[in-house]
Amino acid sequence: MEKQTVIELRGITKRFGASVIANNNVSIDVKRGEILSVLGENGCGKTTLMNMLAGIYYPDEGTILIHGEEASIRSPKDAFRYNIGMIHQHFKLIDVFTAAENIVIGTGDGEKYDIKAAKTRISEMSKKYGFHIELDKKVHEMSVSEKQTVEIVKALYRGADVLILDEPTAVLTPQEIDRLFDVLRAMREDGKSVIIITHKLNEVMAISDRVTVLRKGEHVKTVNTSETNEKELADMMVGQKVTLNIDRPLPENSELRLEVEKLTLAGNEGHLVLDDVSFNAYSGEILGIAGIAGSGQRELLESIAGLHHLQNGSVTYYNPKKDKPITFYHKTFERVMELAHEGMLRYADGRDFTGKDENGKPLSKKVISAQVNAGEIFFKEDEIINLREQTPLQIRELGVRFSFVPEDRLGMGLVGDMDITDNMMLRSYRRGKSVFVDRKAPEDLANEIVESLQVVTPNTHTPVRRLSGGNVQKVLVGREIAAGPKVLMAAYPVRGLDINSSYTIYNLLTEQKKSGVAVIFVGEDLDVLLSLCDRIMVIAGGKVMGTVDARKAKKEDIGLMMTGAVLKEENQEGGSL
Amino acid sequence: MKNQQTKQNQIKKEPLLRLVKRDALSAKKIILIYAIAIVVSLLLSSVICSLFSSKNPLDFFASLFNGALGSSRRIWLLLQDTALLLGVAVALVPAFKMKFWNLGGNGQILVGCLAAVSCMFYLGGKLPDPLLILLMTVASIVAGAVWGVLPAIFKALFGTNESLFTLMLNYIATGLVSMFITIWVKSGSGVLEPIKFGNFPNLFGNKHLLTVLVFLILAVMMYIYLKYTKHGYEIAVVGDSPNTAKYIGIDVRKVIIRTMVISGALAGIVGLFLAGGIHHTISTASANNMGFTAIMATWLAAFNPLIMIGTCFFIIFISRGMVEVRGNFGFTNDSIANIVIGLVYFCVIACSFFITYHVVFRQGSAKNVKTDEKKGDK
Amino acid sequence: MTLFFVSAISIATVLLYGCVGEIITEKAGHLNLGIPGIMCIGTAGGCLGVSLYMGGLSSPAEDASWLLLVLISLLFSLVFAAALGGIYALLTVTLRCNQNITGLAITIFGSGATNFIMSFVDRTHFDFAGKLISSSLPFAERLGGFGRVVFGHGIFVYLAIAAAIICAIVLNKTRMGLHLRAVGESPATADAAGINVVLYKYVAIISGSAIAGFGGFYYIMDYIKGSWENAATIESFGWLAIALVIFVLWKPNIGILGAFLFGACYIVAFVIPNITPTQREIIKMLPYVVTIAVLILISIRKKREHQPPASLGLPYFREDR
Repeated sequence: MEKQTVIELRGITKRFGASVIANNNVSIDVKRGEILSVLGENGCGKTTLMNMLAGIYYPDEGTILIHGEEASIRSPKDAFRYNIGMIHQHFKLIDVFTAAENIVIGTGDGEKYDIKAAKTRISEMSKKYGFHIELDKKVHEMSVSEKQTVEIVKALYRGADVLILDEPTAVLTPQEIDRLFDVLRAMREDGKSVIIITHKLNEVMAISDRVTVLRKGEHVKTVNTSETNEKELADMMVGQKVTLNIDRPLPENSELRLEVEKLTLAGNEGHLVLDDVSFNAYSGEILGIAGIAGSGQRELLESIAGLHHLQNGSVTYYNPKKDKPITFYHKTFERVMELAHEGMLRYADGRDFTGKDENGKPLSKKVISAQVNAGEIFFKEDEIINLREQTPLQIRELGVRFSFVPEDRLGMGLVGDMDITDNMMLRSYRRGKSVFVDRKAPEDLANEIVESLQVVTPNTHTPVRRLSGGNVQKVLVGREIAAGPKVLMAAYPVRGLDINSSYTIYNLLTEQKKSGVAVIFVGEDLDVLLSLCDRIMVIAGGKVMGTVDARKAKKEDIGLMMTGAVLKEENQEGGSL
Repeated sequence: MKNQQTKQNQIKKEPLLRLVKRDALSAKKIILIYAIAIVVSLLLSSVICSLFSSKNPLDFFASLFNGALGSSRRIWLLLQDTALLLGVAVALVPAFKMKFWNLGGNGQILVGCLAAVSCMFYLGGKLPDPLLILLMTVASIVAGAVWGVLPAIFKALFGTNESLFTLMLNYIATGLVSMFITIWVKSGSGVLEPIKFGNFPNLFGNKHLLTVLVFLILAVMMYIYLKYTKHGYEIAVVGDSPNTAKYIGIDVRKVIIRTMVISGALAGIVGLFLAGGIHHTISTASANNMGFTAIMATWLAAFNPLIMIGTCFFIIFISRGMVEVRGNFGFTNDSIANIVIGLVYFCVIACSFFITYHVVFRQGSAKNVKTDEKKGDK
Repeated sequence: MTLFFVSAISIATVLLYGCVGEIITEKAGHLNLGIPGIMCIGTAGGCLGVSLYMGGLSSPAEDASWLLLVLISLLFSLVFAAALGGIYALLTVTLRCNQNITGLAITIFGSGATNFIMSFVDRTHFDFAGKLISSSLPFAERLGGFGRVVFGHGIFVYLAIAAAIICAIVLNKTRMGLHLRAVGESPATADAAGINVVLYKYVAIISGSAIAGFGGFYYIMDYIKGSWENAATIESFGWLAIALVIFVLWKPNIGILGAFLFGACYIVAFVIPNITPTQREIIKMLPYVVTIAVLILISIRKKREHQPPASLGLPYFREDR
């Protein structure tokens, strides 16, 4: 029995700017009474493609046919006129409104406003498809799954026959997912078409009739779910491995630098963003972190950097300080006494430093400070520093040499309205006792970075907001590396960058690795991860799925782990490096 | 055929007028836009004033300049008022740079003034004047700082809306002034006669010079503070990107509170000068709405204390010049000055739009729109 | 006692007009600090209307019609206030200028223009017009104290209460109100739902301004019976009205009660016998102190229903999405 085609996309192309092609000549169709999965990795263009059906974007090329007729969808309102409703990942609901108010908003112009009648209609609809919805509950009192239900009902209330859901299960519990799938099946029975954007293979297999796979903006294939399996889909999704030409020496003199144990962090909605994450980072290697966007990568790095209040777990930094004098970072008297108490310190001649003189009398603060400043006190062993519950400033004051290239470059790493020089100072401006900032050294650093990394800018006094994405990133990475880190964390450092800038960044990271820095690299392109890193840790839904040797691992395996599957033991790296 | 289709699609997606955020304009162009706005608003004002009197628009400009600069006394008054407004603007600018909406300048000036006048009232004659002036200075700075830091503390701790909070504090300050006047003035007239004690000395025989110098110096110091100190740098980071501030370990709460102490204290100093240097008394109108006017001055100067010297001068120039215009044009009250200043503000505020956005007209004829819309409705 | 209630209600009426006007504006996401100036210009407009109407009559004391006087003055007040509100809307909605800056400029301009206009307005018949406008229901005089408190006011008092109630109903019970609240909470969501955000903002700002404008006019004509000093008093009522909006948590129906409380605070100082002027000033400060307390309280409790509209003060630029 051939089902009637509702929507047909023909040769859709969408570009952002001159160089980014989000969708390239994509043609797919959606049938009446079916559930179609659109499957692909991050940045493969699946959301962009669907946004063109929802009226958020307009295609640059190609046509959209609805019931065989050419359609022009220029706004969400147009989409509703064609009975297309889309539920975005970020819900568009008004927090202080009730469910019913959110559902009826913007509808029924010219009719009498009758919320009671509307509620009756909504209740009937809910019964038909099996929704559980409290119409008088305010949105801000709702769980994520309830909010999603409101969004779906909102679309149906507007008469949507085609429902597009963008990653609908990302924030749901397994029970909630089951309930959602029941509702979707009920809608299919009713003759509606459902499109699910997803990257979870098991869900694709469980719910959909057909699967469309996209990769790097292109349509790979559309297959019937009954005629395929997870393995085949994963292969289609990630494609053939492409080895990039990145120099990758073997790690040398690896030492444990950072130990993360059982790290657990709750998000704003109450669910766990990071769930029992444990891993080690070693000096002289690049540890890659792979995962679907939003699996907790950002929060992991921010937690290590001291930006979150953790529910559980520890972050320990191993400072290679053995036989080195305490430096000005440790001038804090309390810290010195703490270390002395732990028996970590000695004088140059080997005597223990205990904070007391020969007669057992405590030394004065002044004497100790003088000894520290004179470089007379040494570490006996490498220093072990517990970083949990420390603010970014405290972490730095403990002498921990972290550098962090955050995902949100202009929102977190840099100040957009400040020039390059002033942005250089972000890390260093506190130095010295003067009340004035020293712009000389940052200015030199800015010039050095502009020159060595070939930052395209009129001069160092241009606000970084006006630089292009690649140049902004060079400024940020340049600054973080210039701080002389022992641990360098970078979240999506090449996102939105052209090939040349990307390679500049890869080379910088590799150089850092060679000089003994522990590099943690969060990436999205598996080919890059496999060519650049030494080990790759895969996380999904805030959990560590496993860590693999980047030189041996198969791309498909990582792809599968990213979707939440746990691999058999043999592919996983053993306990030590 | 396909090609034609594509073209049509592209036309369809753009509305007739579209706003696009500009990257940035050169300083020259920005100044030009502002200059045009000011000239337009003044021309408009001159026409309006002429319409309501027998004079012609040229007289307007003549009177304006004469009123502001016509005699050495006028020039000194112009400079003194400019200095006072500049003082308030200097007080407000660190808060605004931090994106803290301090609408409480009036209140902070008033409590500063009140503190100084209290010293004058209670201790005048009992202490030698130099000691009294020192005490007044401390009192007004503390009072202003308290008035400034109150909303900052609640903003830092609970995110309490600072613009409404500071606004309310203005009226409490006014109330306090009324209250103290009822205590001090037993006659019930509600007017406190000038107090002879604790008056600032003349500098080189000029009673305006001290005020002018102090606030000019404060403006330069504020410029240095914001541009060259670590505090100023932190203020800029917190104002531009609170997330970045967190990322590099700036204690945002501390910066908010510290900055508002400074902001309030500086406003208190303006109150001090109103009390000790100019009026030697206090009324509920002592602040003369400078707390609001100064917001305009700082905003027009893009929060640069040195440019503020110019914007304050301009605003005072207009209002002092308008005193003469009013007399010459035969207007019975001084409100015409506010109308003209209001017009100037409107034009200048509207400018900010043309600096941030530019309007893009759709390419293509109106015919296309119609046919397309019909299609869309199908 | 009766006098106290009657006076308190009069001040409350002034505040209520301003408060309702500001609530409508803020519900659209615009913190209009120009309301004091708009209340002033509404006064000027209304007074101009009165003087034109009275001036046009050959013997004002006999020919003046209550209905015509009220209608004409209302119309003038409305047009003036709406026009200034329109300038605010143009600057903040279309030109996306900073709301606080624009509002302050509006207030400076509005109070100045009012003083200016009032210096031209012929006020010879204001005393009479004031009495006529504020004339209460014919039977009120015969009633006792309670009856006078309830029925003894001019039409403007009842119009204000009606405005507050209608505003509450429109906001909470109609589609228009729902859409307006949506615009103030999240213009992007409203836009995506097909609501004309710009239109709603304009209508809300202009109609809110028009309502606020009546407040000042009422004060001149009814409370001080047509006398005129300057715009400063009305301006201060404007700021008090903005405080009242916070105090009543953006709810116009509670605004009626809140306005009465604020009015009582304002007037009690003048009515209580044996009170020192100092105590009077302290009582007059109360509304502001209480408003700050409310402001702090809602920020600590963070109850969602009691927060200002979420997008208050932010410009909406669709392409920023």
